[in-house]
Formats: sequence, C-alpha cells, structure tokens
Amino acid sequence: MRNAYLLLALFFSQQAVAESASSLLKKYELLAKQENAAFVGFAADKGERFFHAERLHSDGKKVSCATCHTADPRKPGKTRANKVIEAMAISVNPQRFSDEAKVEKWFGRNCKDVLERACTAQEKGDFIAYLLSIK
Amino acid sequence: MKKWLQFLVLITSISATSALLASGGFSDNSKQAMPAVANAKWKTECSGCHMLYHPGLLPERSWNKMMAGLDKHFGENASLDDASRDEIARFLALNSADKQDNRRSNRINQSIAAGATPLRISETRYFTSKHDEIAASTFKRKSIGSAANCVACHQAAEKGDFSESQIRIPR
Repeated sequence: MRNAYLLLALFFSQQAVAESASSLLKKYELLAKQENAAFVGFAADKGERFFHAERLHSDGKKVSCATCHTADPRKPGKTRANKVIEAMAISVNPQRFSDEAKVEKWFGRNCKDVLERACTAQEKGDFIAYLLSIK
Repeated sequence: MKKWLQFLVLITSISATSALLASGGFSDNSKQAMPAVANAKWKTECSGCHMLYHPGLLPERSWNKMMAGLDKHFGENASLDDASRDEIARFLALNSADKQDNRRSNRINQSIAAGATPLRISETRYFTSKHDEIAASTFKRKSIGSAANCVACHQAAEKGDFSESQIRIPR
C-alpha cells in the first residue's frame, strides 16, 4: 500500500513537471503558428541538430549551445566564468523550463550570444522538444 | 592593598592591552572588512554566470557603466528587464567603493585614477599590486580559470572577505 502511494506521488510529481515544459511548448506552438502559417509541429531531432550546430561568431570563435552546455545535455556545463550550469535535460533536471520568465531571459541572451539574433518560436520549441525527449 | 595583588592587576592589564594592540583593536578590524550587504535580485542575477562580486570592489561610476552595457557584458549578453537592472544598479551604487568606509574599498578607490572607469577589478592598481607574486600561469590553472574568479582562492570572496587567513590557492 505504501508503495502504491509512493508511485502515485511520483506519478503526479512527474505529471506536474511534464505539464510545465509542455504547457510552455503549447505557448511556443501558438507563436510558431503566427510566425509561419505552414507550421507543422516541433521535432526533437531538429532540436538536437540545433543544439549541436556550430557556427562562426563574428568575434572569430566557433560557438554552439554545446560550447557551454557540453555535447551531452544530461551533464552539467560550465560558463566562460567557470561557474557550473545545471544539466539541461529535463529527465535529469526537472526544474528546467518550469519558469517562463527565466526561459525567455536565457533564450533572449543565449540566442544572441550564439546566433547573433533572436531565436524563432520554431527553434525554441524544437529545442525544448529535444530536451524533453532525452531519457 | 597587598603587594602581590597590585602586581597581579598590573600584569593582567599589560597583557590585556598588548592583546588588544596585537589584534589591531576592535574598531580598526571592523573597518578593514567590507560590510555584509544583501539584495535578492543582485544575488540571483549577478551570480548566474560568475561569482558574486561585492559592490565595494568598484566605484559607483564603474557600476553605472557596467549596468548600462549589459548587452555586451565582457563579450556576453547579460541583458535584464529594466526593473531588475535599475534595482541592481541602485544597490550597487549605494554600496560602491566610493560610498564605503572600509580600508579595502578605500584603497581600491584610491588606486583608480580620477578619469578612469575600470570595469575589471583586476585592472585596478590595488589588485595588481596585491597579486604581483601570482604568476599568470597560476591564474590560468583549470581550477582557477582567470583573475576574475576570486572565489577560487579567496574562500569567502562572495561575502567581501579577502583576508589573508581565507586564502587557499588550488593546484
């Protein structure tokens, strides 16, 4: 019986986590439809390519999301100032994508740092879909 | 009064005085250290990517310049919403090196030329003279990273405590 309660509690806590990242995905879906009438949905594999895609920054250095977050989103990364960045994969770090303002703040900064432009809703959605898909 | 008692009183007072002198006195000690400061926004936002720097490490004009250029913050985009930026800027200004009365802040401030507005603490004359025995290769160690990472060696740096007793240089 005790185990049943535990399982139930676990189930609901996982639901709550999945809920916040997926409710954020719903918001990005609405925005993506506004950006592009032909929007067909988010794809984890596109998010994965986006995460690893290296580009040449105008400062002459090669950058990607993985530069700081490491190639494995289940592992912690490191900022250029030597501070640990918690893992990005939601299975490892359930706090990820649970605070919309925080998510937008970091997309706002990091898209400009890596891509030197803002990210589209499509890119943000694919990115989250990828991080949700990692077991 | 008996002679031996007089002697005891004399010895006690001499040792108490010398102990006080050796410790540098109470008031001097408190003025040496940067005071404890607190602001929740400063603490969260300014320690997201790097260690938390005490406002008493730079003068007000440096903090103002820094907070006006967060989109290009040492090569990174560290933009904040306007309300957070303004709150943190006010807090930094209020507790900056030229608004403090402690020995370290005073000496940092005095080491900066009147016309200069440094953004890096490590570029102040106070910093360079204090670290002249540390080799550039030491700062580059993996465990340290750069001179910006005070807390790698100064264990209590985030509290504004840079005293000698709190230093441990990692391998």
